[in-house]
Amino acid sequence: MKKLLSGNEAVALGAYHAGVTVAAAYPGTPSTEILENLARFDGIYAEWSTNEKVAMEVGMGAAYGGARALVSMKHVGLNVASDPFFGASVTGINGGLVVLSADDPGMHSSQNEQDNRHYAKFAKVPMLEPADSQEAYELMSLAFQVSEDFDTPVLFRTTTRISHCKSVVDVPEGLQPQPRPIGFKRDRQKYVMVPSHARPRHAIMEERLAKLAAYSESFPHNKMIAGERRLGIVSSGVAFQYAREVFPDASFLKLAMPYPLPEKLVRRFRRQVDQIVVVEELDPFIEEGLRAMGIKADGKRYFPITGELSVETVRKGAPTLRLAPAPSRPGEATAVKLPARPPRLCPGCPHTAANYALKRLSLKAPGLVVTGDIGCYTLAVYPPLQTLDTTACMGASIGQALGLEKAGVQSRIVAVIGDSTFMHSGITPLVDVVYNQGKTTVIILDNGTTAMTGHQGHPATGVSARGEQAQRVPLEDICRGAGVKDVNVVDAFDLPLIESTIRRCTETAAPSVIIVRGDCVLNGKVFGTALAVDADICNGCRSCLRLGCAALVKEGKKVRIDATLCVGEICGVCVLVCPQKAIQMKHKAGAREDAKNAKHEA
Amino acid sequence: MAGVGGQGIVLASDALAEVAMLAGWDVKKSDALGMAQRGGSVVSHIRLGDKVYSPMIEKGKADILLAFEKLEGARWIGHLAPGGIAIVNDQAILPLSVSSGAEAYPADDEIVGILKSRTERFFVAPGEAIARGLGNIRTLNMIMLGFLSTILPIDLEMWRECIPRYVPSRFLELNLRAFAEGRARAPEMVARLRPVGTTR
Repeated sequence: MKKLLSGNEAVALGAYHAGVTVAAAYPGTPSTEILENLARFDGIYAEWSTNEKVAMEVGMGAAYGGARALVSMKHVGLNVASDPFFGASVTGINGGLVVLSADDPGMHSSQNEQDNRHYAKFAKVPMLEPADSQEAYELMSLAFQVSEDFDTPVLFRTTTRISHCKSVVDVPEGLQPQPRPIGFKRDRQKYVMVPSHARPRHAIMEERLAKLAAYSESFPHNKMIAGERRLGIVSSGVAFQYAREVFPDASFLKLAMPYPLPEKLVRRFRRQVDQIVVVEELDPFIEEGLRAMGIKADGKRYFPITGELSVETVRKGAPTLRLAPAPSRPGEATAVKLPARPPRLCPGCPHTAANYALKRLSLKAPGLVVTGDIGCYTLAVYPPLQTLDTTACMGASIGQALGLEKAGVQSRIVAVIGDSTFMHSGITPLVDVVYNQGKTTVIILDNGTTAMTGHQGHPATGVSARGEQAQRVPLEDICRGAGVKDVNVVDAFDLPLIESTIRRCTETAAPSVIIVRGDCVLNGKVFGTALAVDADICNGCRSCLRLGCAALVKEGKKVRIDATLCVGEICGVCVLVCPQKAIQMKHKAGAREDAKNAKHEA
Repeated sequence: MAGVGGQGIVLASDALAEVAMLAGWDVKKSDALGMAQRGGSVVSHIRLGDKVYSPMIEKGKADILLAFEKLEGARWIGHLAPGGIAIVNDQAILPLSVSSGAEAYPADDEIVGILKSRTERFFVAPGEAIARGLGNIRTLNMIMLGFLSTILPIDLEMWRECIPRYVPSRFLELNLRAFAEGRARAPEMVARLRPVGTTR
């Protein structure tokens, strides 16, 4: 049956048909939909893990126990999970273990564009890479087969344009997953990595790699496509699709298993063509592999090492390589500069007031340094809020804040981190702050979900990957348990209270946590009645525009509220900001009282 | 398809891609997901043909641009092939730089000028007005598909089969009405834009 599936949907369906019974992941673009889809199948245990390292360890354990397990994450997630990933390579598995890394060339929604193919070579594991959804579906069952046949985790690498692009998949009908025998067979030489056990395992890994290299020669999805002799293209993943379009007449070697490389196959291809050009995104991974074999190959000479490839970049990079004349390309449509439209915080976002408070504090002596983290709130780096001073990776804000403090920086220093990010990797640095007697103030922006990736649950929400009720792990209990005595919970829309709490906490010599709590406005919240500016009272001071709320629109000298965007009294932060009291809200006082009561209960 | 994050473009492009598959084409489509969805400028590429390789349309090669917002129509017009078809929803959503007064939203004649520099075959469609008439701006994506359906060589029956898969059942009737409204208001547009391709 033909289905239109994204790469992520195809991976999930392929894994289900391959008999996966345990799946673990942490949400991250472009990988998120894999676990979301797996969670819908019966017979699969699917969890949002607290972070990718834990997901990997859950997958390892499941595979040790005989299950087929899929662990999925975005590229930077594999950095977090790299320790157990390497561990799994050393011990091998029992049931198949497939580790999916979804890379993000072009950084559509990421902080870097590292090329995770290096992880296959680094950890000495085989790697598969699909070129469309059909292949993503088919490679999944092969990945588990390879994993079990060679006693190794398999790295399954996709990129944004594979993960998120939809294409037609021919799905066999009536396929039922075959159950596998479950049970842990004790084997301490294999699973307990003390040095005396690990030394022989290294030799086994090297032998395994040699066997995998031999296997890759006949890997069914490594394909030679005969074309003209003048140009031989070696490619994999979505880059293959671009190359096919730009060089329709060339000969192709498409690698669906780019590591280890099939040396004999490559040499056979080399003999059939005059020159080899490698078309691959990001690093010259295949190119260097060919060169290490002594095969002359070019690639990065023609195509960029940065950003994602496209038909345009491939066409532009290699005008001299083309076999047929280039189709004419239309020029630019217009030279007019249009207003940009970067992503921004939504109207009613519970992060706005806290960032506005930080902005105000940063303008006052002794200044303020805000270490930031990964999430929607990272958007507060853009005008007009511009509050964040650092953002590196998940959970870095707290350790960075402590480092700045220990270096002797005299400004107020706060770390800003989201609820899901705090659970992911904020707990250990908070313990570090307490243990090392820092005075760091940590602001946890708790919007009750993992918002940026599309509202997944996490431990502090008490919602499981299936959307069912799970055990809630309260943020404030963790902070107190870590030894922080000054733990505050404030309503995300109570601007004066947020500001005074930050001020007080940054003036004390003890570590403190401020949990700024308010649900994500996009997560099923019922909007109120739009607010309005009284034009007779508004004096055009534009204080409210500093919130960066899209519903506040400058019109002439004054400001109006766009009623189609304003979420009304569930927010009302602009009411608190307006010095003229030109924005009125009937229920604001009552709402504040409710929030206070909620705080006391917490 | 271009517009602003939150306008329902991913759903509309999903539905179009599925309809095209039902009609027997090879289809690929590509979206911006994640960070770009937070009110930013978004674009979906949909390609159909006998055999599709790249999931992305090369700049300047698109046959049709379906723009859900005027400024985005102007922004993405360079992706359209010269002389291609552009259907642009007559709606302005102000970017932050405009609502805060730092930059000006381009005037209508400026936008028309930009569209014209690429193609005479453009149509500024009253999508927003129809959606507001239906009492729900979220029906805009179905209205835009309704417009589009009149110039694509795909049977109406395929659309009717496909749309229910993409909208919640309690909103199905409303969405089908929106789709029909888009189609009903399209003759003026079709007269202006010569349709492309043949039905299969």
